Amino acid sequence: MKGNEALAEAAIRAGADAYFGYPITPQSEVIEYLMRENPADRTGMQVLQAESEVAAINMVYGAAGCGKRVITSSSSPGISLKMEGISYIAGAELPCVVVNVVRAGPGLGTIQPSQSDYFQAVKGGGHGDYKLIVLAPATVQESVDYVKLAFELAFKYRNPVMILSDGIIGQMMEKVELFEQMPRDTTEYEWATVGKKPGKPSAIVTSLQLQSEEQEKVNLRLQAKYREMEKNEVLFETHQCDDAEYLFVAFGSCARITRKAMEMAREKGIKVGLIRPQTLYPFPYDEISRLASQMKGVLTVEMNAGQMVEDVRLAVNGKTPVKFYGRFGGMIPSPEEILEALEQKIVGG
Amino acid sequence: MAENNLVHPDNLVYEKTSVMTDRVLHYCPGCGHGTAHRLLAEVIDELGIQGETIGVAPVGCSVLAYYYFDVDMQEAAHGRAPAVATGIKRVFPEKFVFTYQGDGDLAAIGTAETIHACNRGENILVVFINNGIYGMTGGQMAPTTLPGMKSSTSPRGRDVATMGNPLKITELVAELPGTYFVTRQSVHAPANARKAKRALKKAMEYQKLNKGTCFVEIVSNCPSGWKMTPAQSNKWMEENMFPYYPLGDIKVPENQ
Repeated sequence: MKGNEALAEAAIRAGADAYFGYPITPQSEVIEYLMRENPADRTGMQVLQAESEVAAINMVYGAAGCGKRVITSSSSPGISLKMEGISYIAGAELPCVVVNVVRAGPGLGTIQPSQSDYFQAVKGGGHGDYKLIVLAPATVQESVDYVKLAFELAFKYRNPVMILSDGIIGQMMEKVELFEQMPRDTTEYEWATVGKKPGKPSAIVTSLQLQSEEQEKVNLRLQAKYREMEKNEVLFETHQCDDAEYLFVAFGSCARITRKAMEMAREKGIKVGLIRPQTLYPFPYDEISRLASQMKGVLTVEMNAGQMVEDVRLAVNGKTPVKFYGRFGGMIPSPEEILEALEQKIVGG
Repeated sequence: MAENNLVHPDNLVYEKTSVMTDRVLHYCPGCGHGTAHRLLAEVIDELGIQGETIGVAPVGCSVLAYYYFDVDMQEAAHGRAPAVATGIKRVFPEKFVFTYQGDGDLAAIGTAETIHACNRGENILVVFINNGIYGMTGGQMAPTTLPGMKSSTSPRGRDVATMGNPLKITELVAELPGTYFVTRQSVHAPANARKAKRALKKAMEYQKLNKGTCFVEIVSNCPSGWKMTPAQSNKWMEENMFPYYPLGDIKVPENQ
């Protein structure tokens, strides 16, 4: 299946109650698939094309505030528009899933794939001290599996979860194993606006605090929640790290190309391993720190001008040199280029 | 206490609806919000839908409306209440959903959300308080500020040549096929308040029909923003606001 369509089918099967979105390349197949599939007939899931990304994310806010499983998708410029709403959703502590099929920027940029929204996804993007859990799929299969995982995490922490995909994964076709249809969740959560119960206080969904003392309490509660996420939810994959003298760090589609470069390097006798963070927040600082102790150098490979490399440097903390290789503007690095960068910047450097 | 002596059950002809909480309203003395809140709360009470109603508060003076309405409520980002209400209504089509918004929220920053929710005919009630000024931020020009009217960002009066014209958004949404009932009311005098309540009640009841958006504008005063006493502001509203924003039904269901 095509990445975007598989993700849309996964949303239906994950028991989503609603999808609100607005077309933008390279992710329009998500809403096209949903409209064609008409999940209202299959599961009762509602699908609506909003007048803008701004409206779409606020529809997500409304439905998520009712305790429903809600998902939206967009691509980079559209995600920028959604950032106001994402900040409100994080502030009001509502669960939802936001998919960003990243294209190159800044501005209108190009519709070609990129990883240049790492900072926006991981470091904030919207205003205020908040965090999104960020899942980075590298395959169509992971795009599918992460929809289910994203809903679980969103409800576990009452926090927005972002699936940070890109134009490669969204557009390519791969074999995929779909999970079985899950039932829609009919739980009436006490924090959700489902209609006031007699004798109980009304439910209020808000991110407003007029007193600084109260706002600080909210921030402290959010920070405590983020520490829990950092403790419990870090996901990564390592390849051939046991005997490695050098380490690649790469995420998403770029990690697949880097893995090929790793295999080519191994054939030439260069002992290099790869770590692929699957959660970008929380980031696998501890594992990268541990691996760095045995490495002569680390090369971070990204399809941007160097974003995740800042977190890699924080993790390595000077134990060994950290270099960066990236292509951007919609250009995709080849395994040969990455191998050459390893040889020049790290092995020979 | 003299007060307690007065309240004998057999003397009781009126009491505060339980759909309003006991919190003291933060609105300025003489402001129309308090009356508008009470009327809407009474309508919810009389229809017996307190447990089935979900409200959406805006950004503006009524940002804390959820302190006063004893129903489940969500606080929306500035201008986005109709989108938030759409999200609620789409997952809970059987609930009664309303937004309560001021002129800056509904007719400036949220114009797109307002027009498109009405154009889709979302089965929600939009309550629009139009006082021609930004109250909460301290009296700046609103989309509905009258020509020549002074505000802190139109200190020499609104010059329509450079600042644009007041937006009659209620007439505009009445043109859309998605709206079912569109009316403009006021709450500054008892007779007007009674009419406004009837309009709110009809609008809320129409949600059951699933025929489209109901839109109730309430032209109101802002003594603080207009820098007038409450009595002066009501008189100024009658003489200046009503000619520009005439009261009455703008769109009524065809069979009515």
